[in-house]
Amino acid sequence: MGAGHGHRLHYHGHSPLHRAPAHLKLLGLLGFMLVVVATPDHWFAAFGAYLLVLLGVVALSQVPPTYLLKRMVVEVPFVVFALVLPFVAYGEQVEVLGLSLSRPGLLAAFGILATATLGVLASLTLAATTEPQALLAGLERLRVPSLLVQIMSFMVRYLDVVTGEMQRMRVARESRGFSARDPRQWPVIARSTGALFIRSYERGERVHLAMLSRGYTGTMPEHGGHR
Amino acid sequence: MSAGREPPVLDVRGLAYAYPDGHQALYGVDLQVHRGERVALLGPNGAGKTTLVLHLNGIHTAGAGSVSVSGLPVGKEHLQEVRRRVGIVFQDPDDQLFMGSVRADVAFGPHNLGLRGAALEARVMAALEQVGMAAYADRPPHHLSFGQRRRVAVATVLAMEPEVLVLDEPSSNLDPASRRELADVLRALDVTVLMVTHDLPYALELCPRSVVLHDGQVVADGATYDVLTDDALMRAHRLELPFGFDPRTVGAPPAASRGGHGSGSGVDSVTT
Repeated sequence: MGAGHGHRLHYHGHSPLHRAPAHLKLLGLLGFMLVVVATPDHWFAAFGAYLLVLLGVVALSQVPPTYLLKRMVVEVPFVVFALVLPFVAYGEQVEVLGLSLSRPGLLAAFGILATATLGVLASLTLAATTEPQALLAGLERLRVPSLLVQIMSFMVRYLDVVTGEMQRMRVARESRGFSARDPRQWPVIARSTGALFIRSYERGERVHLAMLSRGYTGTMPEHGGHR
Repeated sequence: MSAGREPPVLDVRGLAYAYPDGHQALYGVDLQVHRGERVALLGPNGAGKTTLVLHLNGIHTAGAGSVSVSGLPVGKEHLQEVRRRVGIVFQDPDDQLFMGSVRADVAFGPHNLGLRGAALEARVMAALEQVGMAAYADRPPHHLSFGQRRRVAVATVLAMEPEVLVLDEPSSNLDPASRRELADVLRALDVTVLMVTHDLPYALELCPRSVVLHDGQVVADGATYDVLTDDALMRAHRLELPFGFDPRTVGAPPAASRGGHGSGSGVDSVTT
């Protein structure tokens, strides 16, 4: 599987973590995150221990750390929020490098940063070691309502199609001299987004038609059947 | 190939239909297709071809007139059986291939018919072999080339063992090699085919008979060669041959190699 082939989050490999059943990995992630979220913010050592465990798992998965690091940019909004918090929160003030910061704000910022980082890293590790299809099959084995799994499987299937459509619309816009630098141009983007939404909706109808034509009555074959 | 006494595979009589918004698309269409025939359905954009196709498996219900498939009237009570008998291959393979792998996609139809286990697997592989895509069974459909996806879309319908295969614009967006490969596949199939197309050379190559639909009515029905060489008819119904193509100089289409299940000489070149 070369670049641009396969899902951008999945890293092809044969580690024990890649081979582990998807439903166990899902349960593991869920359990880990529940524990992390339930830990009080000031138990610094506990967070350190979680990070060590997680890094151990990453090492086991043989996914290059840079591969995961690059994908951790999704965390940026949380980081920004966490950085702002000590400045805007109330409560006891402390001096750090000549700045007056709120102590509860600092603690809350640490809490957000720690849980977000652990959460993102753990989810990325799961995504890197598990094919989307296996993930869906795992959810099915965990008895997640089949309608939800169906919706997710369609999302996985059509993500590329819709992104492709979005790219083509962007290229078509820019080919006619449009650039989105100026905020006054943003309404155009909003309208394209609306058009994309309608196109996707219509595609949904066509897919449904194709399903009916093949005798669809509301139940999908299980994903687990083909592995 | 002739029908004998058995009812036509497709029997459309006096079919009229208006969309809910009041736009009338079909004004009394009559069409009979017999077992083993390959028929091209020609006509300009907006002639009502797709509307007609959606009546054949009961997606639309006739406003007036009737549709029956091998003697079975298309209606609410037989919907499942009608949809097994009439396999529609839609124009955009991305609409038709919605599962995670080629195998799961081809299995979708037969699974809905109640097939399970080894029988289902055998049906899936047989269909994939007919279109030369057996080697791709475990690939996600969206990683295939467009031509491969179109062939898999044909397989998803073949897996239901339909009595008639209805193709909506089968050659659209295909490169010439994929177009020819699909023609090889279709020629080798032992199934009745109704093919909606604007690709007139393709119609001449594959379908001995053509039906022209214009403004919701059948305006011509005859040998494809005769239809394409009838200049007055062609002009009257917005049909045009591509530049440089003249049926009179093309000669006979490649011989049909049918009957040998999936082992037609044409298909072998497909499995590269």
